[in-house]
Order: sequence, then structure tokens, then C-alpha cells
Amino acid sequence: MTDHTRAAAVAPEILDVNGVSVALSGRQILDNVSFTVNAGEFTGLIGPNGAGKTTLLRVILGLQRPAGGRVAILGRPRSPRNQPVGYVPQKVLLDPDLPMRARDLVALGMDGHRYGMRLRPGQHRQAVREMLHAVDADRFADARVGNLSGGEQQRVLIAHALISRPRLLLLDEPLANLDLRSGQEIISLLARIAREQQIAVLLSAHEMNPLLPVMDRIIYLAGGRAASGPTAEVVRPEVLSSLYGYPIDVLHVHGRVLVVTGPATGDEAALAAGRAAEAG
Amino acid sequence: MHQIWTSVFEPGFFASAQVHVAAVIGGAVAIVSAVTGVFTVMRGQSFGGHALGDVSAAGGSGALLIGLSPVAGFVGLGIAGAGVMDMIGVRRVRGRDLATGIVLGAAIGLSALFLYLGTTSGATTGATQQILFGSIFTTTNGTIAVVVILGAISLVSIAAICRPLLLSTVSPDIAAARGVQVRLVGLLYMLALAVSVGLSSLAIGAILSTALLIGPAAAALRLTSRVAWALVIACLLGVLATWLGVLLAYDSYYWGPGHQGLPVSFFIVTAIFATYLASGLPAVWAARRRPAAMPITGAGERRRTAA
Repeated sequence: MTDHTRAAAVAPEILDVNGVSVALSGRQILDNVSFTVNAGEFTGLIGPNGAGKTTLLRVILGLQRPAGGRVAILGRPRSPRNQPVGYVPQKVLLDPDLPMRARDLVALGMDGHRYGMRLRPGQHRQAVREMLHAVDADRFADARVGNLSGGEQQRVLIAHALISRPRLLLLDEPLANLDLRSGQEIISLLARIAREQQIAVLLSAHEMNPLLPVMDRIIYLAGGRAASGPTAEVVRPEVLSSLYGYPIDVLHVHGRVLVVTGPATGDEAALAAGRAAEAG
Repeated sequence: MHQIWTSVFEPGFFASAQVHVAAVIGGAVAIVSAVTGVFTVMRGQSFGGHALGDVSAAGGSGALLIGLSPVAGFVGLGIAGAGVMDMIGVRRVRGRDLATGIVLGAAIGLSALFLYLGTTSGATTGATQQILFGSIFTTTNGTIAVVVILGAISLVSIAAICRPLLLSTVSPDIAAARGVQVRLVGLLYMLALAVSVGLSSLAIGAILSTALLIGPAAAALRLTSRVAWALVIACLLGVLATWLGVLLAYDSYYWGPGHQGLPVSFFIVTAIFATYLASGLPAVWAARRRPAAMPITGAGERRRTAA
């Protein structure tokens, strides 16, 4: 609680999602979801597959119209154009045939949405160099993006998203398809950027454990509903049980958090213990 | 020296009005095809480009049948075909092949009908040859202006949308999030592509237009890691292959005793094919010089210092 109040007092509010609901082809995807995200904070958007994480990010980006509720970015209703939001989508496949160096892709983050040709081709050179350095990508700046590893491509995409100086950075499952070590590197990079540049980072993942060391706040999404706050307050059996709509237990094992069905009696207890052992 | 010169350029090559028209139209068409081709290859829409060639064939043969200029048919129906393909679902990768195949099938059916009617009515002898395999040596001076203007329109459209087009090629999601109207940009690109394919149908024929669209662009993408360089290299390769084809076709008239020239489109397409094969050589050489250490580095990455 103290964590939360301190952060809210110091950091300005960047994103305010208020009562957002979305229904796609008759199915309720998001149901009255509300939370805020603050500058300089690392927020994890956690939930099982199909919980609506991507849909929620698309609503924030203005790509999906909500059936109800409002999204405000820096106090203004979001608009699809010129919003101060950087975005790294899920599963971007950079083709090896794409004739583009890492630095070209980052430069495209500056003005790729503008019509007409770039009038002064070298105009972003300095900004691009600084951005590549900030994400620790100097050594492959001149390599073809399609030939880079998954972790290297993530760094380039993050630089691409950050070069237009957004206040809010959204990342959709950036850890999927990354090996554990690359994933850890990306997470600590993002945590550093959030603090140094006072950017609000909102990152979606189906697994919260890799994020625990850096996550300031969590938004837990399940069954279309969300609970948000400091991790210790949200990841509790009572909160998650009410989200999922059935009994949920939270186990702490060696500093990691396991979310399992429970708390249980009789056969269910054995089942939950079995699952915990399996997952651990 | 003089002898070599005259054996390469047979008598009258530089004085021939036909050669002048062919060189100008061929060069203009090669540039437009190369520029649209680079984006076509990057976006993986080669099949779409080929289908637009078949749509052009239907348009050109239909235009001949009712007494219009084939250019009007090539470009006109090509644009309509691009619109239909976009409507059916060329945007989604999964819907793309389907939409393309449906339009392609319908177009070839129409071509078959129009070319049959044209041949049996007898009014347009050689229509099949002209539509399918091009007419760069038989086009008139008056067509140059039409080709140049349409080509310029296609190039200006591509220039206007080049950055959003590139961004939506990298990732439609990122582009949409930046406020790019991905669908509109994709449609504009398809229309520019339709014009480009229509023009190369005129020059080297509807069913060979794919070669000029894809060949120089694909070769250029193997040689460089920069879009701007890829565009320049593709234009150079396309123009050179086209001019070489025109030269060889002209010379072929003097090769045999029968004085029967060989088709220009054959020479152009062969030159493009050879260019594409040759574009793989730098990568082969570099791989040989650097044994097994870095097998994944791209061809363009190595060439970059040379460029």
C-alpha cells in the first residue's frame, strides 16, 4: 500500500483506463476494466492466454473501439494520430529479405508514418545512434534486421518504438520466443529505460515470475476482468479467486509465485499440491 | 576496333526509329517496374503482380477487339483488377493467395475469349502475339507520351506513400498504431503496381511482365541492405537488361541467312534471368573466402562496404 501511494504522489499519471468493456462477435472479452499507469513505472499486464491482453493494448492504441469506457493518455482522450505512445507488437517477423539495417528500422520509428519522401536522408543519424546505444544495440547497428537473433530484434524494435520520445511504451508479449537469458536482458533494459527516461512501460506476459524483480505494479487479467495494484496486493487468493470466478490459491516457492486452483479440500487439495509440485 | 563495334551494333541500330522508340519505352517501363518491384518483393506479393499481368492481358485483348488502344485496356482493367483483389482480401496474408488466384483465373478466361474472338474475326491479326509477348518494336511514337505520363503517375504515387508503405511492410500493427491508414496505403500501392504491370505488358507482354517486375528487384535485394540502394540498383539492372534485349533482338535479324529476327521479349527475359543468377555470386564468393565462421550474415551486409 505504501509503495503504491508513494509512486502515485511522485509520478504523474500517464495512462488512465476507465471502465473499458469490449465484446467481439458476441463474446465479452473485457468487462469494466479500470487501472492507471504512471511515469517511470514498470507495469506488468499478466494473464493466461486468451484473457484479453492484446485486445486491451489495442484499445489503448486506439485500434479497437471499446463498447464502453474511456481511455485517457496524459489526461486527453487518445487519438490514433500523434499519440505519445510507443508500441512493440506481438510476434513481429522481420523477413531476412527485408533490405533494412537495424539503424534504418530505428530511423523509420521517427517518421515512418509521414507521407512523401524523407527530404534530408541523414537528418535522424545522431538520434538513431543515441537510441541504438541506449538499448545496447551499437554492435549490430549495420546488420540486416532479418538476420538478427530474437533478442537483438526486440532491442531494435524497442529502439524503433522509443525514438519518437513517447511517454508510454506498450509491449505485447515481448518475452515469447526468447530464451530465458535474452528475456532477462530485455526486462532489465526496459526497467532502466522506464526509470531513466520517466517513461511508463506496460508489458504483457502470461508468466509473471520473470517480471517480479522489476515490476512496480501488476494488472492481472482473467475472465475479462482486471485487478491492479502492487504485486503483493493483487496476487492473493481472494483477489484472483474473484477474478477467475473459482477457487484459486497462490503459492510462494523459492521467491517465485505459483497460481494454482484451490484452496482445496480432499481430492482438490491433492490435485493442487500435485500441480504445484509439477510447476515448481 | 571499328569491326568489333559494328559486329556488336549491327548497321542502322542507332539510326532506327523503331530502336529509339523501343529504347525510350523499354527504359521507362523498366524503371517503373523496378521501383514497384522492390516493394512487391519486400511485401511478398509477387503472385499478385503476376495476376495483374493476366488481368492486363484480358484488358489489352478486349481493347483491341473493340478498337481501342491496348494501353488503355492493359492499364484500365489492371486497375480494376487491383481494386477487386483488394476488396476480396489481398490485405490479409491468408486471404491474399485466394483473392489473387480467383482474379487470375477469371482474367485468363476472359483473355481466352477475347483472343479467340480477335483471331476468328480476322480484324486483328497477330493480336495474341502482341498481347501476350509484347510489342515494343511495333509501338508508335505517340505511345511514348502515354507511357511516360502513366509511368510518372505510378512513380509519384509510390514516392508519396513510400515511408508508410515501408512501415506497414515491416509490421502492419506498428504502422496502424502510428496512425497510418494501412488499408489505404496498401490499395494505393496495388493501383501503382497495376499501372506498372500494364505498361510492361505493353513493352514485353502480359505474361512476361512478371519477369521485369520481380527479376531486377529480387537481384537488387540480394546485393544491398538499404532500400534506397535497392531501388537504384534495380532500376539500373532493369534498364540494362531491357536495352541489351533490344540490341540483341535487333542484331538477331542479321544472324541467320533467313533474316528472321527473334522476339525481343525473349532476350529481355533471358538477360533478367542471367542477372538474377549472377546476383547470387557475391554471396558465394564471400562464403568461400570466410570458411564456415559466419554462415548467417546476409549477402547485403557484406556488400554494404562495396556499395
